[in-house]
Amino acid sequence: MEKEEKIPLKKILLICSKANLEDVYAALVMGNGAVMEGIETKLFFTFFGLDAITKKTMNKLHTATTGNPGMRMPGGLPFPTLLGGLPGVEAGVSVMMRKQMDELDIPPVDEFLELITAGGGEIFACKLAMDMFKLTKDDLHEEVKDIITVGDLYEMCDGAGTQIVFT
Amino acid sequence: MSTKTIAGVEINVNEEGYMTEISEWSKEIGAEIAKEEGIELTDKHYELIDFIRNKVTAGEGLTIRGIGKSGVVNAKEFYQLFPGAPLKKATKISGVPKPTSCI
Repeated sequence: MEKEEKIPLKKILLICSKANLEDVYAALVMGNGAVMEGIETKLFFTFFGLDAITKKTMNKLHTATTGNPGMRMPGGLPFPTLLGGLPGVEAGVSVMMRKQMDELDIPPVDEFLELITAGGGEIFACKLAMDMFKLTKDDLHEEVKDIITVGDLYEMCDGAGTQIVFT
Repeated sequence: MSTKTIAGVEINVNEEGYMTEISEWSKEIGAEIAKEEGIELTDKHYELIDFIRNKVTAGEGLTIRGIGKSGVVNAKEFYQLFPGAPLKKATKISGVPKPTSCI
């Protein structure tokens, strides 16, 4: 049998379309991790994912307290969906989550973007979603390199050893 | 686990080339490992190596964020000093174990 040639990962494009704390951080941790390994990294934020690069919302992301079966009370008991629906509960839980992350040296979203770009990673916003939500470049964090179309995104995917990941 | 002779001294290294005995490190050894990684060490590098070795000796974890706040360099300068995979390269050259951090 012919020996299979292994092509190392050279470039990664991460697409984030959701504003949940966990979805955004999955993209950021994977993106930053790739930058740390010397992999060419591009992050593309679209739809609700734009919250992660919008100055007003980026550091106030929430995790869902309803419809989230992974949600637990402190101590491990299931988190009742009805409780999660009460005003302020989601905000409170999200503050707690962010605090725990900070203790693990996981930076807030704006600082995370800065870490990624410091290592040469690039951040992009989706043009169509920007138009939909009536956002302009001024609404976005300064680390966002450009507002691009799907076509632009695919043009960036050239080269062997490139992967696209949708978080 | 194996040994390797660098700068005329025999040192213990693991299969990835990371030194396993932090006390065996010297500036000369650091400079030789750096050369293997394609880096010529400057005073700034040594300043950062000191910071890294002190952190590890104190039993603290290393992250790019932490190094960016070290006061020695910011994150961008860190990437410039050790291009490619800075945390991996810097720890290897500093003679400390490969970091286990994801961030």
